[in-house]
Amino acid sequence: MNDMTQYVFLIPLLPLIGFLINGLFRNYLTKSISGWVGTGFMLCSFVLSVMLFQHVNQPGFQPEVIFYFDFIRAGGLYIPFSFLVDQLSVLFLLIITGIGTLIHLYSTAYMHEEAKDHFARYFAYLNLFVFSMLLLVLGANYVIMFIGWEGVGLCSYLLIGFWFGNPEYNKAAKKAFVMNRIGDLGFLLAIFWMITQFDSVRYLDVFSKAPAAPVAVLTGITLLLFVGAMGKSAQIPLYTWLPDAMAGPTPVSALIHAATMVTAGIYMIARSNILYSLAPVTENTVAVIGLATALLAATIALKQNDIKKVLAYSTVSQLGLMFLALGVGAYTAGVFHVMTHAFFKALLFLAAGSVIHAMHHEQDITKMGGLRKKLPLTHLSFLIGCLAIAGIPPFSGFFSKDEILAAAHDRSPILYGLSIVASLMTAFYMFRLYFLTFSGAFRGTEKQHSHLHESPAAMTIPLMLLAALSIAGGWIGIPEVFAHDAHWLASFLEPVVPIFKPHHQAISHQMELMLMGGIVVLIIGMIFWAYRLFAKSDVSFSEPDGISKWMADKWYVDEIYDAIIVKPLNAISSWLSKIMEARWIDGAVNGVGKFVLFGGRQIRLLQSGQVGSYILVMVISILAFLLYQLFWKP
Amino acid sequence: MFAAFDNFPALLIWLPLAGGLISFFLKSEKASKLNALFFSLLTLAVISTSLLYTDPKHYLLNQVSYVWLPNLGSSFGLILDGLTRLLCLLTAIVFPLVFLMMPDGKYPNANRFYGLMLLTQCGLLGVFMATDALAFYLFWELALIPVYFLSSIWGGEKRIRATFKFFIYTFLGSLFLLIGILYMYLKTSTGSFGLVAFYNAQFTLTEQYTLFFLFFIAFAIKIPVFPLHTWQPEAYEQAPTPVTMILSGVMVKMGLFGMLRWLLPLFPKAVDHFSLPIIVVIVFGVLYASVLALKQDNIKRLIAYSSIAHIGLMAAAAFTVKEVAMHGLTLQLFNHGINIVAFWMAADLIERQTGVTKISDLGGIARKAPQLAIFFVIAAFANIALPLTNAFIGEFMIFNGLYQYNPWIAACAGLSIILAAAYTLSLVKNTFFGEPVAAVANFSDIKPKESFVFVALTVLIFFVGIYPAPFFKLIYETVGLIVNRYVII
Repeated sequence: MNDMTQYVFLIPLLPLIGFLINGLFRNYLTKSISGWVGTGFMLCSFVLSVMLFQHVNQPGFQPEVIFYFDFIRAGGLYIPFSFLVDQLSVLFLLIITGIGTLIHLYSTAYMHEEAKDHFARYFAYLNLFVFSMLLLVLGANYVIMFIGWEGVGLCSYLLIGFWFGNPEYNKAAKKAFVMNRIGDLGFLLAIFWMITQFDSVRYLDVFSKAPAAPVAVLTGITLLLFVGAMGKSAQIPLYTWLPDAMAGPTPVSALIHAATMVTAGIYMIARSNILYSLAPVTENTVAVIGLATALLAATIALKQNDIKKVLAYSTVSQLGLMFLALGVGAYTAGVFHVMTHAFFKALLFLAAGSVIHAMHHEQDITKMGGLRKKLPLTHLSFLIGCLAIAGIPPFSGFFSKDEILAAAHDRSPILYGLSIVASLMTAFYMFRLYFLTFSGAFRGTEKQHSHLHESPAAMTIPLMLLAALSIAGGWIGIPEVFAHDAHWLASFLEPVVPIFKPHHQAISHQMELMLMGGIVVLIIGMIFWAYRLFAKSDVSFSEPDGISKWMADKWYVDEIYDAIIVKPLNAISSWLSKIMEARWIDGAVNGVGKFVLFGGRQIRLLQSGQVGSYILVMVISILAFLLYQLFWKP
Repeated sequence: MFAAFDNFPALLIWLPLAGGLISFFLKSEKASKLNALFFSLLTLAVISTSLLYTDPKHYLLNQVSYVWLPNLGSSFGLILDGLTRLLCLLTAIVFPLVFLMMPDGKYPNANRFYGLMLLTQCGLLGVFMATDALAFYLFWELALIPVYFLSSIWGGEKRIRATFKFFIYTFLGSLFLLIGILYMYLKTSTGSFGLVAFYNAQFTLTEQYTLFFLFFIAFAIKIPVFPLHTWQPEAYEQAPTPVTMILSGVMVKMGLFGMLRWLLPLFPKAVDHFSLPIIVVIVFGVLYASVLALKQDNIKRLIAYSSIAHIGLMAAAAFTVKEVAMHGLTLQLFNHGINIVAFWMAADLIERQTGVTKISDLGGIARKAPQLAIFFVIAAFANIALPLTNAFIGEFMIFNGLYQYNPWIAACAGLSIILAAAYTLSLVKNTFFGEPVAAVANFSDIKPKESFVFVALTVLIFFVGIYPAPFFKLIYETVGLIVNRYVII
């Protein structure tokens, strides 16, 4: 163990300590202490992550497994509690602790209206989340990953329902947890299958034994793992919890439901890339489901009027694109997009939070408009976020999205065409959101208008930093067509995540530039279209009809789930309890009971007929036996 | 004459027995409570001390074999081995905590209440330690009978009906057990009730199958296994909550323990022959109880059905006889006891303060009692086996074993973890979250004494969940023997 890696345990431990301090002393700490405890431990964790990154980034670095203790060692099952430090985990450490620190800082201002115990509770949950997320990415085997996996689910549940006075929020929290549990069952079954097949859950064992395993087994395991990813990363059919999760405080949406937790599924698949590349059926499934999710969520986002809901569906859609990348074998592109998306989506959410803060908890964009002048910094950061997600060069989203599109192009023209459609829709709905919020005339109440104000520095500083990252974050992955060997990320990750291998002959640089340019032109067209429609001072909002209504009503997926799963289950439950339990089973048993009593009455040898006295005699005799044993033992 | 006190098993029997008998002669409630606490803590001290003497060279300290009824060939045999220690430890932890949480003045003639509780403890410890079938049977009854009195005297409105049902069920089970034991006794070569003699006796296949079912039904009723479970929700609902805690925390373990100690080693052929249909029925019962729990509007019944589901998983795991499942299930015996007692304690505090057990009449307790809310949420997540809580370790290994037995059965049983999340979180949401309703308007948060109990349980939940190694070390040897179908010693 090297000097640096012996401190790795501190990276998750520090947020855990923060959680304990804020959790246990929430009634005694002032708000500023709670806030600084929460943010301070995060910052220390980030600094350690940066130091670890420098260590990993040295030439000649070898992945290290750091063993701590035996978590489960019984009955032939061996699961060590150990961490794996390699390029992939360190990259996620930087994203989680870096963005985590900024969002903690932002929260100190955003949550300031809360009473001090709830304020401390909030930071406790947030720290606990970071702890779980760090376990998830640091674990050296699938069970440690699973601990983090369910841990982040718990924190997501606690934070979605943070304002537990509101029944709707509680419902959303429960829905998120239960839907995630469906995925978790898949994950668990995959783990059991791995134990049966490989006799281990450690990454190194599993990956080294995988090539010898039958393809059918690998397909099964990877599909089950993907079921887990569907839940956590909100893919069809388990995506409906994520939009509802917007009930949580906005910084939570930024950290958990955009930048980090929901990308756990991508981490899992990227981590298991050796298994996935051996199971082509699963790869195709991942690609198709990812693309379908990207398109479906984008259509819904086109018609939403809640600023956070648009961002939520946009997250679902972007996650879909990441899965598409993984499915076509472009693991680096998927991870790259996780990173840039973390920057610009956290930025967009925090900027949206700043808007909501200024608008006194108004989230409906039909009641906003013209906020550009009142909130200059927020406006600027939101615009940068929109340009980045739309994929305008040289903003970060352009590079990662281009890499995904290029990989899709190599695999199939259909995948390519449809992912372009998803990208165009993204540009359109994001700029619809932007123009409706910041351009035109103000459509809110007079009172809201008079209170409009730019947010305090604790909120705008994270915005500025994230804006900078959203602009420049993509420059670590410059494609070959612009500069030779400039894709730093791909070469950094190469020991863990293989570089994309084209199936077809690479197209010429000229052709590639043309395609790239064509897409950018189309995106700019989309932005212009959105400008024409929504940047006016007199936008009218009509009730959607026809296909728009379907989109606005989210294709009725929630209603369908309710009708085919939730309601029947509840009906069965009621039926079982009213009919089955009470009449059938109980009736049969009571019948037996009556029969026994009847028989008892007939026999009546020793019994006086009363069960009570019979038992009393029995107790006394037992006691007599025991006392005899004690005092008259030969 | 005092030779009886020179080893741990004997002390574990006599202490609660003496405490129980003394209690009947005490006048004030306070004295009875102190007496009960004193003896139960002493019991805890004894079992804790015994954990330091697990080495085989101390075997004299850990087993008892008195001549009892020499003409019948019954010797009063007790043993403390790994499995037994764990269950005795659970019993010894739960009782003082329950005593500590008992509300003052709620139960008239409290001295008898405490006395009967201590007698129950004596019976339970005896069941876990007995190596002689007759002693096992007597302790089995001794554990049940005080509960019958406790429920029928101090229970809820429908206590007579519920207790009667409980009695019929368990009595029927005991009867089967007794018939089985007597038949085996007659078949032993030396005419003995000893477990080892039973193990060495020769049976035809038909005999083994019949005896298997006699024992199985007795244990299955106690667990309870679908469709023999209907006594349980009613008994849990109607019994005084301290008794319910004992019933669900410790007493249901009698059935599972019976399977591990008696059923699996004695009838290996029958177990292998019938395991598939039995597991299928049990897993069906697990899902059945889980679905039922979804729409229960009574806290106590909801917890009861949840318990049936969780215990069912353990029973199914026992019949797989897979090594990993057996270790997991043994640990889970302990975990489930801790978790469900924590759950009941919170439920009891709610009932005591509001007089309401109907979930739809509750809501918003978290605003009034944030500390209780924290402990309740911890108990809830332990109930759904969140990683780093104790139940995760147990259930992970149980499911792993079920998977080894049959992946499809494991997948079906796995649906219960989704359902468990649904009904447990509904319970949390509908009782603790939202704005306070009228029934909880005057709800006050927990007192330091109650806090202490919850903290103790929480520490156990997380300790076992994070570092289960000492527990596995404790049970390693005994479970290994059971997996290989050897009896103890």
